[in-house]
Amino acid sequence: MIDGSVAGSTGPAHASGLAIETTALTKRFGRQTVVDDLALSVPRGSVFGFLGPNGSGKTTTIRMLLGLAQASDGEISVLGERMPQRLGSVLPRVGALIEGPGFYPFLSGSANLRRLDSADGFAPNGTRSARVSRALDTVGLGHAADKKVRAYSLGMKQRLGIANALLAPRDLIVLDEPTNGLDPQGTREVRSLIRSLADEGTTVFVSSHLLAEIEQMCTHAAVMRAGKLVAQGTLDELRSAGTTRVIVTTPDADAAARVLRTLGLDPGHPDAPGPAVTATLSESIEPEDIVAALVAAGVRVRGFAVDHASLEDLFVALTGEGFDVVQ
Amino acid sequence: MSSSDPRASGLNARRTTRSLGAGFFASELAVLFRRRRTWAMLLALAAVPILIAVAVRISSSGSSGRGPAFIDSITQNGLFVGIAGLTIAIPLFLPLTVGVVAGDSIAGEANTATLRYLLVSPVGRIRLLVVKYLAAVVFCLAAALTLSIAGILIGIALFPVGPVTLLSGDTVGIGDSLVRSLLIALYATVSLLGLSAVGLFISTLTDAPVGAMAATVVLSIVAQVLDSLSQTEWLHPWLFSHYWLGFADLLRQPIEWSSFGQNALLQLGYVVVFGALAYGRFSSKDILS
Repeated sequence: MIDGSVAGSTGPAHASGLAIETTALTKRFGRQTVVDDLALSVPRGSVFGFLGPNGSGKTTTIRMLLGLAQASDGEISVLGERMPQRLGSVLPRVGALIEGPGFYPFLSGSANLRRLDSADGFAPNGTRSARVSRALDTVGLGHAADKKVRAYSLGMKQRLGIANALLAPRDLIVLDEPTNGLDPQGTREVRSLIRSLADEGTTVFVSSHLLAEIEQMCTHAAVMRAGKLVAQGTLDELRSAGTTRVIVTTPDADAAARVLRTLGLDPGHPDAPGPAVTATLSESIEPEDIVAALVAAGVRVRGFAVDHASLEDLFVALTGEGFDVVQ
Repeated sequence: MSSSDPRASGLNARRTTRSLGAGFFASELAVLFRRRRTWAMLLALAAVPILIAVAVRISSSGSSGRGPAFIDSITQNGLFVGIAGLTIAIPLFLPLTVGVVAGDSIAGEANTATLRYLLVSPVGRIRLLVVKYLAAVVFCLAAALTLSIAGILIGIALFPVGPVTLLSGDTVGIGDSLVRSLLIALYATVSLLGLSAVGLFISTLTDAPVGAMAATVVLSIVAQVLDSLSQTEWLHPWLFSHYWLGFADLLRQPIEWSSFGQNALLQLGYVVVFGALAYGRFSSKDILS
């Protein structure tokens, strides 16, 4: 497990610095453990990506964070207060989109939002209509406010779901797969919306199975696999945890490999008689020293590159490749 | 927002104390009565006394002495149509519509995935149960009044109207008889409180509203079947349907209130027991819909 500085810090002194904190959070359905010993640390003000393949326990975790499902074990604190014990004072400050939107098809978009807003005992009645139209405008649904939700497209419903999360001022916004069903334009809009929320100081917790999405908008991320947290930290921390390789392009492959070995690197055996030799870079050696050594040994260096593993490589390494849903 | 603290004013202002939920109750009633289904059910109920009145009017060849209670009285006084309509609707049509509303209460929200958003709002699970139950009660009242009023109106239109001869032989004026019609509608509403609580509890057990509706309606029929079997006589006073047709005492002079009281007490018992069961089930339920 890769542990960022944030994940390492625990204790009451940090409780106020974390928007979400879980310790040993576990959820079992019958004999199946869906979420296993989760220790999430989401700093306040961060845009936190919650990554993992389908079926890795992301939505179940979100349901526990919001008091919809009870944890089998472990503790949750959201915005510095215990959940679900303090649900009544925590949730009014949290906006959420959970596993797709849910609306009454026979009501219009704005009637749906007014209905959900009236359920929040702290939301003032007087400003309801104004807040509803502001939220609809924010997600670009102002023109469809009076249309029945039955007639909405999937993307419009998704936007309406996001509008619901924005009805009141929030300290934390939880968005579960927010770009599902959106076209590229809608995806871009959601991304810029999340950025503007973050600029106002709102903590945004975004779950996704798409790494590219997380990479483009998040400051922090956690990676789930089969109910377990396999990595957590800032994006930079996660990136630096990946391996870095040097790639030497040369006609003298054997000679280059010998030089790399004398430096303590392991170029392996170039399986194809190609012009490139690659080796994993260790922290004790600077890339420029390798070039100097190669040149000194008379290797004709035509190209030299230092390649950082992308987050995608890391994601695949952490969660496995392909469509297998881990049981 | 130019304000230094946007949360302090305007659209971002928050209530400092939590509202009791009157706004949410109003919203619940609005959702209930904005559904076409609700109006279709009320219209179907209104059709019951209308059909009776029209049928009796067309074939008014005199009393045959058979058929449900009060049918014979219709031709003499149109004010009895409402009571005849209620008598016919109570065993099946009323429980059917109440079963739809009560069975849909929680399961319907789960089915449209709105349940999780209501709970995250947060509506509070107890408050949601209470509001759902109260809305079902309002529907029971609306249904009973619909039957009564539709019956009285069609009765006035098709039959002579005059002072009503009660079961005790006394005669009361039109105003008094309208009050008694209202009392009978209230009696029917109270009769359905128990079934509504049963429906609410069943609705917390499933995410499939149709299943909850069907189960509630089936239970109302089972209760009436048990109530008609002499082998289960010991059970009769405990069945929520036992007093359903016991409103005849309201047609005596003076009004005999004891059956109203017994019925109300029994229904209250069902509300307490099934309300507690619904709370026990729903307060700790994992919402995975």
